Amino acid sequence: MLARFFERYRFAVTLALLFALQILVVAAFWVVGGLAQESGQRAALLLALALLLLLALGLGLRALFGAFLLPVSRLGEEAVLMKNNPVHRVTPQGAPEVRALGAALNDMAVAYQALQEEGQARIAAAGRELAQEKTRLAALMAELSVGVLVCNVEGRILLYNHRARQLLARAKSGPGGALDTAPLGLGRSLFGLVERGLVVHALEQIQHRLRQQREAVDNAGGDGAQAEAASRFVATLAGGLLVRASMAPVLDDMAEMGGFVLVLEDITREVEADSRRDALLQAFTRNARSALANLRAAVEMLQAYPGMETARRERFVGVIEEESQRLARGIERALNDYGGEFEGRREFEEMRASDLLGMLLRRLDSAALRIFPVPVAAEDDGNRVAAEEAGLWLAVDSYSLSQALAHWCRRMADEADVHEMHLEVRRDGGLARIEFAWQGAAPGAERMRAWELATPGGASDGAASLGTVLERHAGESVYHYDAVSAHSRYCLLLPASAPPAPLEIASRGEGRPVFYDFDLFRQTGQDAAIDAMPLAQLSYTVFDTETTGLHPAAGDEIISIGAVRIVNGRLLQQENFDRLIRPRCPLSADSVAIHGITESMLEGQPRVEQVLPQFQRFVEDTVLVAHNAAFDLRFLQMQEEQTGVRLDRQVLDTLLLSQVIHPHQAEHTLEAIAARLGVTVVGRHTALGDAIVTAEVFLRMLPLLAEKGIRTYGQARDAEQRTRYARLRY
Amino acid sequence: MRRRILIVDDEPNIVLSLEFLMQQSGFDVAVARDGAEALERMQSFQPDLVLLDVMMPVLNGFEVCQKIRENSAWNDVKIVMLSAKGRESEVNKGLALGADAYVTKPFSTRELVERVAGMMAQE
Repeated sequence: MLARFFERYRFAVTLALLFALQILVVAAFWVVGGLAQESGQRAALLLALALLLLLALGLGLRALFGAFLLPVSRLGEEAVLMKNNPVHRVTPQGAPEVRALGAALNDMAVAYQALQEEGQARIAAAGRELAQEKTRLAALMAELSVGVLVCNVEGRILLYNHRARQLLARAKSGPGGALDTAPLGLGRSLFGLVERGLVVHALEQIQHRLRQQREAVDNAGGDGAQAEAASRFVATLAGGLLVRASMAPVLDDMAEMGGFVLVLEDITREVEADSRRDALLQAFTRNARSALANLRAAVEMLQAYPGMETARRERFVGVIEEESQRLARGIERALNDYGGEFEGRREFEEMRASDLLGMLLRRLDSAALRIFPVPVAAEDDGNRVAAEEAGLWLAVDSYSLSQALAHWCRRMADEADVHEMHLEVRRDGGLARIEFAWQGAAPGAERMRAWELATPGGASDGAASLGTVLERHAGESVYHYDAVSAHSRYCLLLPASAPPAPLEIASRGEGRPVFYDFDLFRQTGQDAAIDAMPLAQLSYTVFDTETTGLHPAAGDEIISIGAVRIVNGRLLQQENFDRLIRPRCPLSADSVAIHGITESMLEGQPRVEQVLPQFQRFVEDTVLVAHNAAFDLRFLQMQEEQTGVRLDRQVLDTLLLSQVIHPHQAEHTLEAIAARLGVTVVGRHTALGDAIVTAEVFLRMLPLLAEKGIRTYGQARDAEQRTRYARLRY
Repeated sequence: MRRRILIVDDEPNIVLSLEFLMQQSGFDVAVARDGAEALERMQSFQPDLVLLDVMMPVLNGFEVCQKIRENSAWNDVKIVMLSAKGRESEVNKGLALGADAYVTKPFSTRELVERVAGMMAQE
């Protein structure tokens, strides 16, 4: 009880006690001073009293400071610490009030920490969802059979799918299969690939229609009929490819055009096929007409002049024979040349015969009618047959075919009492033979024919009869019954087709290649104000060369250039440049030992005059990066006159940058730097391999440069200069 | 003994030429205008060789060929199919059904006669 009393009135009690003490001391001194007679003694006593009083005051103040002021200022510092490090907790000290404050601060810290963690968790979750959506979108784009490109307002590509790549990166025929047009890549301009005038015109159309739409909305009147904002045009691309392009705007949240989507469809084959068919028809009609005219004239002569002399008669007869043969030849030629067009099987899927067999077995086998594959014969024949069948492909509408056959099987089971069949698919000349074989029951030719013609399930469900399906496939059916052995065979004969061209092999590197970067929506071109551009936002081409030797002035030349692009901080492995160059001077033995490129490997390769312009196009709009760039650039400069190519792009040198970051390290070779920065080195001493390693090293250098305060291009370049001069002084 | 040839075709213009041609080549000739008549004639005329057109109404050439082959009494009768249908699957079907030859129209009459004579001589 007393303790509680003290707690509450601590301050008042302390003050009162201090006061009482002071009075006591003064009183004591007064009494003693009264007893002392001399003034000197009195003065001394007064001094002693003053000192004592001061001491008491000092002690009191110290107690106050220690209990309140010091702990509070310490609390202040720790509170600042806690803001930056939410895990930190203050240690309660000092007077109970101050302790209470400390505890309260700790509670707040706990709450703050929890809030931060939750916030971060939410951000991470949202980021993952976003990444997932992006991946889904990319997957969707990748699988489309039309080419898709998304560009920002400036025409910079920020998404493209595989099909677009096939359409746009088609090379013109040239030695070494090179890029004669601008290459396709993220951050690159669309105008290098599709004619600028077309794109600009389409964009203007879109802008105009958007304006109209906005006005219509504002006026809320008019006839309501509006052209959609998309624009269509036909473009010719490199390599003579004809595409139908459809351009639609991407509207930002203010309904302004923030970019556009371009969908490309290859109509070259369609157009070519159409014109071929037209040409065929024309040629055929012309040929037929003239042959018939000749025939008719000759016949009419023979009719009108029955009395003409033998020799002349024979000539007319000769004409009839000749012209009828010519007509026959014309038909043959037409069918042979353009038979494919007439068949019209382009909408079917190309399927391997063995896959078709598997599908039919799965689909048709049922409890009522078991279907088995024909067992492969054990002798050599089996192997030969298997090898032949491996290459057998056909163009089929697998769904209709299997539907129609399923109905047929049901009839066989229900009406013909057949419950077991063998099925095989074999090559027969230029045909594929799908053969069902069974023992015993023989439905008879008429019934088989009737079933072929019957539409399964009635006409309403739209399924086609087997006969119709066969007709569409330009096929025939044959039904055999051998009365002696009671063995029946029902064969479908379908035209075989050539195996389709092999698919493009996926690019090097693991994982799905990076074809999109939505951050590029806001990127603008790199222009004269490059010094102020942050390093993290620039686009780079990291390159490396292999040469015939180490002396550019002595006539050594470049024999290999490898390069990769870095866009928006990401290494785009599949947008690379990899060329061998045939030199005019011989290779030195030392250099061959280093890079392993021999004279024979360079034999069919293009000359530097062809490759450097391509390289110049590849590095358009980027900053060049290389290890010991001076070396490579000297070679390029030496060949400037020859090739007419001047690479006047900005350059950064990873060798110098490494010296900026780690000035006290002795080793600045690419391997040493890679080891220091934790980059695995693969494909060393091939130009492309070295370029990739240099690129990864460069990417890891960027944050280290930022720590040193180097964030923009201008700062990096200045830092390089300083290092260079510093080295010179040594 | 003179060999007998049955011509089955619904187009009179070609029948005219074929009949004339085969007669001139020394064969006895009968003519059927459609599949049903063809089978009748097979029975009554007992030909050694049949020139069979594919595209006919009622019963087409493939069906006639199949029916002929079904009858073991006619195993030795040679069947030559004549057709404007020239697709590989059709040729294959004809041969699979038991035709001894498949000739696509238009054809050379001289070659046809040679072929027919060759087949008859095999016996």
